[in-house]
Formats: sequence, C-alpha cells, structure tokens
Amino acid sequence: MRKGVLVKPYERLEKAQIEKIHEASLSILRDPGIISYNREAAEIFADNGAEISSNNGYWRISIPEGLIEESVKHAPSVVKLGAREKENSLVLDGKEPRVRFGTGSEANVILDMDVEDFVSEKSGIERRFPVFQRRRGTVKDLCQSAHLCELLENVDFFLRNVNIQDDDITDDNKDVNKFYASLNNTTKHVMAGLTNLEKLDDVIRMAELVSGGRKEPIISFIACVTKSPLQFIKESTQNLIEMTKRNYPVVISVSPQGGSTAPIQEAGTVAQQNAEILAGVVLSQLVREGAPVLYGSNPLRVRMDNLDNMYGAPETNQYYIGGVQMARFYGIPCYSAAGVGDSKFPGIEATAEKMMSHLFSSLSGAQYVHYAFGLLEGTNTLSFEQLVLDDLHVGFCKSMLRGQRIEEELRDSLEDIREVMGTSHKMFTRYARKYLRAGEVIPFYPFDGDANETLIKARERKGDLLAAPVEEIPGDIKKGVFQEFDVLERIR
Amino acid sequence: MIKISEELFAKIKENVIKGRRNEKDEDLEGGSVGEPGVKELIEEALEGGIEPKRLIECINDAMVTVGKKFETGEYFVPDMLASAEAVSVGMDVLEPQLSKGGIKKEKFVVATVEGDIHDIGKNIFAMMLKGAGFDVIDLGTDVSADEIVKTVKNEDAEIVGIGLSALLTTTMENMGVVIEKLREEKLEKEVLVGGVAVSNEYADKICAIYCADAFEGVDKAKELAKKRG
Ligand code: B12
Repeated sequence: MRKGVLVKPYERLEKAQIEKIHEASLSILRDPGIISYNREAAEIFADNGAEISSNNGYWRISIPEGLIEESVKHAPSVVKLGAREKENSLVLDGKEPRVRFGTGSEANVILDMDVEDFVSEKSGIERRFPVFQRRRGTVKDLCQSAHLCELLENVDFFLRNVNIQDDDITDDNKDVNKFYASLNNTTKHVMAGLTNLEKLDDVIRMAELVSGGRKEPIISFIACVTKSPLQFIKESTQNLIEMTKRNYPVVISVSPQGGSTAPIQEAGTVAQQNAEILAGVVLSQLVREGAPVLYGSNPLRVRMDNLDNMYGAPETNQYYIGGVQMARFYGIPCYSAAGVGDSKFPGIEATAEKMMSHLFSSLSGAQYVHYAFGLLEGTNTLSFEQLVLDDLHVGFCKSMLRGQRIEEELRDSLEDIREVMGTSHKMFTRYARKYLRAGEVIPFYPFDGDANETLIKARERKGDLLAAPVEEIPGDIKKGVFQEFDVLERIR
Repeated sequence: MIKISEELFAKIKENVIKGRRNEKDEDLEGGSVGEPGVKELIEEALEGGIEPKRLIECINDAMVTVGKKFETGEYFVPDMLASAEAVSVGMDVLEPQLSKGGIKKEKFVVATVEGDIHDIGKNIFAMMLKGAGFDVIDLGTDVSADEIVKTVKNEDAEIVGIGLSALLTTTMENMGVVIEKLREEKLEKEVLVGGVAVSNEYADKICAIYCADAFEGVDKAKELAKKRG
C-alpha cells in the first residue's frame, strides 16, 4: 500500500468559520438552490423531498437542510483504490490528513523538447539550448506518460493526463483505449473521466479482467458534475448516477473560478464550491447509500487580463486550503489540486507557481492531490521534462511534511554530539548516512545548472527512465481483453 | 589457519567499506552495532600473527572499492569519510608493529593558515589523507608560518608534503609567507593549497600546487609520495 505522508495540517480556517461556511452552503442550496439540466437528478431530488420548479429545459432544485445533512452522513470516510500492483493501492481516509500526489488533467498539447547547439554571432560562444514544439496529444503519449509515472517514485496514482486525439480515436473507442493505455503502462491506480457513458460497462469489464476480479477497483472515475455557478450538467450528472449505481469510486469534481464563475472572495468561492460538491454528494447517496465518493475540490482564481485560469494566484491556494478543510469537516476524502503552472514553458516560472500549491495543498492535508506533475499553460499542456522536475519537487514537499520524531532523534543526536566533540575533525557526516540510505535525504539537486541546463538534465533523466522496460499486463490476460475490446494495434 | 585469515581479510575489507571503525559503529543503514569493526578485527589479526604488510594491502584494496563506489555515484562524501576514518583507526592499531618492523608511514602536515578559522575543507582533506594511509599531522586552524616551519623542521625526513587551507582572501597571502619561510630554512617541501579563496594563478605565483578539492589533494599527495620513492 502507498501510505502517503501523514501531516499535521495547516488550518487556515478556524472551526467556527468552517461551520459558518457549512451553513452558508446549506443556505445557498436552499436559495437560490441548484439548477439541473439533468431530468433524472431532478426527479431523484423531488422524490426525496426537495422543492423542484420546472423551466424550459432545466429544473431548479431547492434542497432542504435535513436532506443534505442526512445524505452526507452516508458518504463513506474510507475509500479504497486498488492497483495492478497491490503495493500501489491506496486507502483514503477522509478523517486522516494523509497526503498523496498524482497526475491529472487531460492535456490537449504535448510540449516536445529537443536540444540544439547555437553559436553566438557576436562572441562565437557555443551553447546548447532547449527548443520546444507543440503538438496534439496521442495515445502513444498517454502510454509514455503512464510508463514515466510508473517509474517516478513520488507519483502515487495515475490520472490519465493526455487527451488522446489520434485520427482513429473516436467517441466509441476512446474510453477503452485510454484506460488500456494507462493500465498497460502503469501498475498504479488509474483514474479517468468517461467520454461516452455507453462505454462505462466495457471499461469496468476490462478493468475487472485486468485485475482478475479483485475486490478493490483498480480504476475509478471523475465526474465534473456541476458547471459553476451551481448548475448540474446533463451528461456528467448522468455519469455520476450510473457510476454510483455500479458502486465505483467517483470524484465529484467542481471547478469554480473566483472572479468569473464564482465570487473572488475566498469565503464566497469556498462556500459556493462546497454547495456544488455537497449537491453532488447528496445525489450520489440518494442513488446508492454508502456510494464511495471523493470531495472534488478544484477551485482557482482567474486572470484579470483575459479571464483565463490563474493557477499560480495566491487566492487559488487559499481556495484549495478551504476545500481541503471543508472535506475534512465532512470526513470525505479530498481530491484536491496542486502543481499547475500557468507558464507555457517548463522551468523557472512554472516551478515557482507549482511549488506554492504543491506546498499549500499538501500542507493542508488533502488525501488525493491531482494535477501535481507536468502541467503547464493552465492544464492545457503537458511537458515530460517538467513532469520529471515536479517529481523531484514533490519529493521535497513529502520530505518536508514527514512527521517529526523529536524524542528518538534527541536521544541519538545527544550521543552523536558527544562522540563528535571527541574527534579532531568534528564532523557529523558519518551519522547522516543512515538517513541518506533510508531515502529520507535528497542528497543534492540533481538537475543543478542554469535554467537551460536544468531542463536538459531533466530530459536526460526522462530518456533514462523510458529506456526501462514496461511492466505490461500479462499476455494471457491481454488476450482476453483483445477478444472483447477494440484496442488499437499499436498500443497492444 | 589460511582459511581463517581469508575470512578475517574479507571481514576487514567489508568493515572498511562500511566505514565501521569499531564495534560501536553503525553501518550505512544504521545496523551492525555490536559486531567487531576495523579496530577489533585488526587486533585479532595481529594476535593471530598476520603480517601488518598484508593488512595494509587488504585495507588499500577496500579503499579502491570505496573509491569506485564513489565514482559510480553509489557512495557520497559521508561514506568516503566514514571509510577513511575506519582506515585511520586501523592504521593506529598497526602503528606500533609498523615502527617495530621499520616501516615508516608517509607524513603530511596539514593546517589552515594564520588568521583563518575555516576548517571543514581542511578536515575533509586530512581525513581522506589518513584514509589513504598517510600519517597526518594536523596543526589545526589559525596556524602561524613559524609553527608550520618548526613542525616541518622537526619531522623533516619523513614529510612528504604540506597542505594549506585558506578561505579568506585576506589570509590567503599567509600561504605565500609559509612558503617563503620554508625556503629560507632550506626546507624543499612541496605545498598543496586549497580553499575557495585560492586560485590556480595564486598557487603558481607562490610556487605551490593548487587543488580544487580534497580528492585532487589526495591524488597529488600520492604522486608526491611515489616520486619520493
Ligand atoms: C562555513 C563557513 C564559515 C564557518 C566556518 C566553520 C568551519 N568549521 O570551518 C564560520 C561561520 C565559523 C565562518 C566564519 C567566518 N567566515 Co566564513 N564561510 C563559510 C562558508 C559558508 C563555507 C565554507 C565551507 O566550509 N565550505 C565547505 C567546504 C567543504 O569547502 P572548502 O572549505 O572550500 O573546501 C573544499 C575545497 O576548497 C578544498 N580545500 C579546502 N582547503 C583545502 C586544503 C587543501 C590542502 C586541499 C588539498 C584542498 C582544500 O577541499 C574541499 C572540497 O573537497 C564560506 C562560503 C563559501 N562558499 O565557501 C564562507 C566564507 C569563506 N566566510 C567568509 C567570512 C568573511 C567569514 C568571517 C570573516 C565572517 C565574520 N565577519 O566573522 C568568519 C571568519 C573568521 C576567521 N577569522 O576566519 C567569506 C570570506 C570572504 C573573503 N573575504 O574571502 C566567505 C567566502 C563567505 C562570503 N561570501 O562572504 N565561516
């Protein structure tokens, strides 16, 4: 099992303030309530005592407080996520601030990096520089990404992070192929959204073939149930309903944009987001009591020059922390976000933006931090070089967050201090070794250099990792999968 | 008897590689406490009548392995230093036997120059030098030229070289002073110099040998010892 790092959470909001936000969310869900473009959801709420008014193509639902409080209690605190390799499974406990990091988004663009030699016209100095090329993501990229993430120690789960846009990928074969590409290249837990709800049972069947019918599901789903502010989307709400019926873990993911589709104020965005997620949680529990769900907190502030997303904004981090604290208040595992760069290129700006949220999101004790690796330009672009850098930086966060052991360490250190004072060299190096060997100490920054050299070194590391063989699904199981499903030849 | 000594050699090597001076020491992972370290093993070997020369070979062998592990990135500086310390302890145990047998260790004088208290780099150099089998006379920090010259004079015949460290641009000049005084006393010893303040150019100017780091220093010290024969 991947245990994650148990943190002593940074609590920006006081308990009384959390309760106030909770009450505000309840009040929002009563008035103005939530708009549903999905008929079944509206009917389920109506059957359970919510006030419904029908409009042209949508329903307005006013949810009574009692219904919310009752339903939320049924949402389980512990959600188990299996994996092809048992050691990679996760047990998320909404009451325990134990942090894990994974990938995320469905990036449209892959940013390829090459290295070229340049000669200065002025001085004749020769230098190597990275050059970049943008292109559409393909299923091969997804395979490679899963392979890379399999080998990077700090990636705890794999959320498919490439939008596969090959010419032969259609609405009908996209789901099976994206899950297969992921599952065949990593033994970690795989999560994705669904393109075509009709393929839900295919995907589940395939995962069960691959896992050999193990109890804990090796895949899980994301449903972006609401569009902010407060609107149940027709399709993804249906996704939630169907996934819940099948008892598969689902993230109820919402993404209010402070300053455009949500208030810019921290309290306003956190309360609105909480209302949106609670509406989804209530729906899931009405469909199936005890259905495993994650509190999908994905808020951000927008830029003021073009209203595009601004993940690196300080407010984005405030919203993240609010989301994590609210999830813990309900005891529902939190799917939070961190590590998206706004920069279009890997390197300094991206890393500064990423590190801030890597630290705050994890410091606040989120159980399942997605988006954490390789994302640039909002979430539109994926860079493998940045992904390698992020793995190191997430490793820094994990090291920083690990629990203290003051009593044990004092005992050892006092002994060491007395020993060392008796030597001529007075150095403690010998006693650092066991921490180095335990993997607790990152010995030095391995990509040291100017901005360009750092990227060139990250690229070399990527190449070294990808040269390792893939731990594929065993051949006999593959055969069974191919008999039933249309998996593209080139990724088999 | 032969079998026993083979086993003992293997154990000595293993413990040098693990950097365990004595039975109280941990190995790289924090284990092995209570098991004999280099000190106990060498004592055992001497009691068993094994020749000191063969023990030195065994230690050198182990240090070659340590060096390789460092080059491949498996070992870090703390590992090197721990091994060097283990060797140094082993050499201390061997010392009386070596003297008896008329085998002289190569001596090296090490100091941080007058006015300067920085000693981390100098200590690394000294530890590694001991690990390479040298008998190191470490005069410490803030050492006057006169004291260095006096030490060299006393031990003249056995001294292979002198290692000076300076980390301040202001104290660096004292390296030149040391060399001048050595020449005045007709002490023709090679001087290695290191520390951030020092540059290759400065070393050339004062007729010293520049070392960018302690590793280079140890290599150059070994060269000097070889030249001397
Ligand atoms: C640690 C440190 C200290 C520690 C020293 C602890 C100790 N036990 O040595 C303390 C805090 C005590 C200290 C004090 C001072 N320091 Co100071 N200190 C440093 C620092 C940060 C690191 C030095 C170090 O240990 N590096 C790690 C070791 C491993 O590296 P190293 O010594 O260079 O050794 C390597 C090589 O150079 C080589 N080497 C070194 N010596 C030798 C010798 C031989 C023979 C060989 C072969 C190789 C070799 O091998 C080593 C690697 O393998 C440096 C900054 C820097 N970047 O160097 C400033 C620095 C040296 N200190 C500086 C100053 C100004 C001082 C003080 C004067 C400050 C003050 N105003 O009080 C005092 C010194 C007082 C005095 N009279 O000496 C300045 C010097 C500037 C200048 N004028 O040249 C520096 C450069 C910092 C700065 N940029 O301002 N300092």
